[in-house]
Amino acid sequence: MDISDFYDTFFEEAEELLADMERLLLDLDVDDPDVEELNAIFRAAHSIKGGAGTFGFTVLQETTHLLENLLDHTRRGELTLRRDIVDTFLETKDMLHDQMDAYRNGTEPDAEAFERISRVLQQMALDELGQGEALEPVMEEPPPPVQNPMNSNDGKGAATRRLSVILTGVNDKDRDLLVEELKHFGTIVTQSGDAARCQVLLDSTESQDDIEAVLCFIIEPEQLSIQAEADSPVDAVAKTTVDGPVQESSVSPNGSPSEPAATNAETLASNASAVPNVEPNGKSSGKKGGKNAKGSESSTIRVPVDKVDQIINLVGELIITQSMLEQTASDLDIVSHGPLVNGMNLLQRNARDLQEAVMSIRMMPMDYVFSRFPRLVRDLADKLGKEVELITEGKSTELDKSLIERIIDPLTHLVRNSLDHGLESPEKREASGKSPTGYLTLSAQHQGGNILIEVIDDGAGLNRDRILAKARSNGLAVTDSMSDDDVWQLIFAPGFSTAEQVSDVSGRGVGMDVVKRNIQAMGGHVEILSKPNQGTTTRIVLPLTLAILDGMSIRCGGETFLLPLNAVLESLQPQPDDVYSMAGDDQLLKVRDEYLPIIALHHALDVTNAKTELTEAIAVIVQGEGRRYALLVDDLVGQQQVVVKNLETNYRKVPGISAATILGDGSVALILDIADLHRLDRRKSQQRHEMKRHETQRQHLQEVSSV
Amino acid sequence: MSPQASMNVLVNDAASREYLVFSLGDEEYAVDILKVQEIRGYENVTRIANVPDFIKGVTNLRGVIVPIIDLRLKFNLDKVEYDGQTVVIVVNVDDRIVGVVVDGVSDVMSLAPDQIKPAPEFGVTLSSDYLSGIGSLEDRMLVLVDIEKLLTHEEMQLVERTAESV
Repeated sequence: MDISDFYDTFFEEAEELLADMERLLLDLDVDDPDVEELNAIFRAAHSIKGGAGTFGFTVLQETTHLLENLLDHTRRGELTLRRDIVDTFLETKDMLHDQMDAYRNGTEPDAEAFERISRVLQQMALDELGQGEALEPVMEEPPPPVQNPMNSNDGKGAATRRLSVILTGVNDKDRDLLVEELKHFGTIVTQSGDAARCQVLLDSTESQDDIEAVLCFIIEPEQLSIQAEADSPVDAVAKTTVDGPVQESSVSPNGSPSEPAATNAETLASNASAVPNVEPNGKSSGKKGGKNAKGSESSTIRVPVDKVDQIINLVGELIITQSMLEQTASDLDIVSHGPLVNGMNLLQRNARDLQEAVMSIRMMPMDYVFSRFPRLVRDLADKLGKEVELITEGKSTELDKSLIERIIDPLTHLVRNSLDHGLESPEKREASGKSPTGYLTLSAQHQGGNILIEVIDDGAGLNRDRILAKARSNGLAVTDSMSDDDVWQLIFAPGFSTAEQVSDVSGRGVGMDVVKRNIQAMGGHVEILSKPNQGTTTRIVLPLTLAILDGMSIRCGGETFLLPLNAVLESLQPQPDDVYSMAGDDQLLKVRDEYLPIIALHHALDVTNAKTELTEAIAVIVQGEGRRYALLVDDLVGQQQVVVKNLETNYRKVPGISAATILGDGSVALILDIADLHRLDRRKSQQRHEMKRHETQRQHLQEVSSV
Repeated sequence: MSPQASMNVLVNDAASREYLVFSLGDEEYAVDILKVQEIRGYENVTRIANVPDFIKGVTNLRGVIVPIIDLRLKFNLDKVEYDGQTVVIVVNVDDRIVGVVVDGVSDVMSLAPDQIKPAPEFGVTLSSDYLSGIGSLEDRMLVLVDIEKLLTHEEMQLVERTAESV
């Protein structure tokens, strides 16, 4: 196995760690930071650095290293947090993300950006150094293991000792800087050597770790070796520590060869110079007091999605086999085959439970989506000069993984829109009697078989007149008497933006139509509620999963079809009195004072041997994309949950059909697309109409010519 | 037939390739065996409305929905019957699985390059675009069908061509 096989794991892990880091940084109370949170941020940086070092992502490693050092000082209270420092940390986090993406795509990260960020971080470190030193002696360190020779010599704040600092591969400029720094620690006795190797003898009361910690802002730990005079084994130890992580993180934390390295890692982990090392998470959190990390580490397992999908497919097959068996068993005599029938019932229950359990693997909490918004909102609000507070509700609401990934973009767009166009500036808000801080709420909740996601702002609301004016100038057919709902729907038209000026945040008018299209592609719909000066609510309704459908199976001329249950309103037997005809061909069915167009399934899908007599058939009242009509079918069979199989995988989109499924007998049944079926029927009646007209024209011509 | 086995044949005689020979009426056709996934009977096909008649519908192939096309209808053969002898060749083209209905499958032939003649320009129903050549084997003539080109061709309406991609 090649080490590159672990790349993906590292990238995934690092991505999660960066997300954690961002969340923690945003949560951080700048004036009174929680030590636990600071520790957690530090650990995240530390782990990324370790992984990056192992895989040779040098730039990533170096950047994290600089960040980590600063974080270390922060968590020890030597660096006082300010908002701008947090901003810099966040910026660094973004940079790390960019660098990681570059490595993921097999390219080198932007060197210029790296230079810039490392300068910023180094500068910050140097600014902070002066005070940092004075506070140095009060350090909380884990008790050093006895077997480590380095620590036996390492009395902090003890008597002056002579230290030998060896620098390897350091250029002249940096060396002078380092020597300058060393002078702060004590008296320099001698300085000898060249760029390749330079030795400085120093009398100091400071511990080796502290000196190393400071110097490591300028050079890499590998380039530095500090020994108490006449104490040679340290070099070897330092070497092990540097080599350690390669074995440790690439093989396993338990492998015996890495044990000495791990021991060292523990000792050194809290030093500013912390070694490039992936700590076994359980250990580090145990030491540093965080016990939550330990629990989550052992309770999750990372599995590729296609493996889960494979299980889902297999379970689907199992369910089909089970219903096949059940059909056979139902013909048997229950008295003589009691145990078999009991077993069948048990099998059915277990199979359903299994299916439910497997489907739940694919479900992810909405927090996965919501957690990326605090940062976005913070940055955007700063940029736009607005005060915004983000509120999220229903973070634990679960949604299918494939949907949750596809909802991110539309939701991001809506949030940007709300911030840019919806919420007003603090001055404007105060002028209209509102609190200067605008509130943006993201909420998610289950509603039947759907999930309801809302983006709510308490901003100015949509401007009806401006939308209408814009629609007219875009050449859309509008009237002043349109209902509000219809007017709001206009903003989903392509190329529609009412922003007075185009900003780089939003307002170019490409967007809302894409949002709507994306959401419809997921089988959902989007609507807008808005009141002037009270705000706008965008409501997205999505099915919980695309993999399973609650269906109503129906028959039509010997063929079985499925209707999505959520599209079915009711079913009834049409009475002759309730059927009205309109414009010759079209028929309407009167259902409780409402006239619904009738669409015969056998017509739309050319089913033969279907019941053509209206009053013999069953009318199912269905609704799709806001259209309601009566669908004529032969029989209702019953409700059942089916596994949705994509037709497009091996075939193509079929008009009037959304997908397929496999029935209990192993045959394929098609799932009807209610809205598309309506369109299909329209098209077909039109064609029929045309043909009829041609026919009559021809007959007419023949009559004329015969006369 | 595992891919391994056919690989071995290829190694033994690098230049010649193996073809699965099938019949449509009295004519003999052949497809590259590497495209063939399996051969099965014709059963349980669900009709799809509003598609050309040679697309018989879809079937369940161990949990996968697979379209079934009838080459006999596509090639305008006179006699089209579905019985216990009707065979479906399941092929794998362009990352898709498609079932092709034929009258029967006879054998697997190995053809050397000198046994394959270029396809002549002819026919309205069977454009020479779909043919990779004519295999001559003693007194037999095999029409070598380029199944990939045939099935992904626009007029088969198997693969969706979206407006944007045109």
